[in-house]
Amino acid sequence: MVERLGKYTLALNSHPSITGCAAVVGKTEGEGPLKDEFDFIFEDDTLGETSFEKAESALQKEAVTRALTKAGKTPDEADISLAGDLLDQCIGTSFGLRSLNMPFIGLYGACSTMALSLGLASVLVDCGAAKVAVASTSSHFCSAERQFRLPLEYGGQRTPTSQRTATAAGASVVESRRNDKPTVDAVTFGRITDLGIKDSNNMGAAMAPAAANTIADFLQDTAASPSDFDMILTGDLGIVGSKLLCELLQKDHGIDIESVHADCGLLLYDIEGQDVHSGGSGCGCSGSVLNSYIMRRLESGELSRVLFVATGALMSPTSSLQGESIPSIAHAVLLSKPLSK
Amino acid sequence: MTTGKEYDEMTKKASPPSPKAIDILNAFWTGGLVCTLGQALNSLYEMAGFSEDGVKAAVSATLIVITAILTGIGVFDKIAKVAGAGTIVPITGFANSIVSPAMEYSAEGRILGTGAKLFSLAGPVIAYGTFSAFIYGIICYIFKLY
Repeated sequence: MVERLGKYTLALNSHPSITGCAAVVGKTEGEGPLKDEFDFIFEDDTLGETSFEKAESALQKEAVTRALTKAGKTPDEADISLAGDLLDQCIGTSFGLRSLNMPFIGLYGACSTMALSLGLASVLVDCGAAKVAVASTSSHFCSAERQFRLPLEYGGQRTPTSQRTATAAGASVVESRRNDKPTVDAVTFGRITDLGIKDSNNMGAAMAPAAANTIADFLQDTAASPSDFDMILTGDLGIVGSKLLCELLQKDHGIDIESVHADCGLLLYDIEGQDVHSGGSGCGCSGSVLNSYIMRRLESGELSRVLFVATGALMSPTSSLQGESIPSIAHAVLLSKPLSK
Repeated sequence: MTTGKEYDEMTKKASPPSPKAIDILNAFWTGGLVCTLGQALNSLYEMAGFSEDGVKAAVSATLIVITAILTGIGVFDKIAKVAGAGTIVPITGFANSIVSPAMEYSAEGRILGTGAKLFSLAGPVIAYGTFSAFIYGIICYIFKLY
């Protein structure tokens, strides 16, 4: 059963397992360093659809379908699905999953959605509210560009602090504990944090304080230190945000995570070669890296304990135009290798 | 705990600045190239016997058409990524700012997609351009510059 540890952390004492996971990506992501890790790479970013929004929906449906198949389940067997994306009213998700006929809870956590959905799915399985819970998310470079920034063919220059929204989707199927599958042991739902960053081309800087808070909260609640983990994996802080996260944790909490810190936004792309400036971002960035590269290594026992901390910037194009700063959030999920490894 | 002000300083230190020297250099030579092309077209249309007004209109129209084609085939944004202000400031930037939303929003239909969003980027340029011309006109009128 779920037990509260300290102020913010939930310990999942039944240790639900991730019995199936899948990551599907677009062409650019499929040319990156993790190209051999993904379940499928779409060579055409439209996925044969007539709009990029439809393409994103198809991307998420593909990830969910593949994750369920790998878990040996059909959509009908899912008790609940929890998912979200970046588009207005989360249409990437609701249109993508509408034909699957699963009970559905739509989530908005911006780029933190993978940790949010996986954390909630695990809590529901742990407390017995669901036997099979599906957590998923997606983002698409082209649909995000048109919503948050400029038309694709607009000829402009981007700042070195900007990040590339990943065309990617990830899905995890959570069930009660199985000895041969990685487990979710604890979850910390983060607090909204805002240190006043207004530059929407510097999301890493906006989100780093939220990640620092959540990591510090988790470590305090569980009386753990960074050396207890093989990896503290943030979602999409990029080069700038990662640097700031390490500085903030050191300065405010005296915690040094540098030796175990990794960032999905830095793992997904060849930063220099693929010209992605500060790194990757978008819900699908952490969603795809977690459900491919990380899960494979947890399943094989190569990684033992990973603290997955996905970060999200909770602004909208309207709030940015109105001069508001960027509130951010980070949710943490503690993942462990299978008991049999 | 780190305050917003302290964090602002930390962020400034951690964020690499745009490579201004290279950006300016690229803008200079690419912008110069666009202008040279404009001048070449100017001479060409003059040789073809266009009137002075006709030459001005034909040069602008040609640059707009070239930009529209380059935008349409997905090349312009790649050039502009290097050129920066070199392609934004001349009429090429204006043409791109109209063609790119026209393409982008075609998925939402011809009226409320392409039609409504056509000037989403160029609108401010047109609005404030016209307004500036109006102010300029008043100044000219007051100081009897005509």
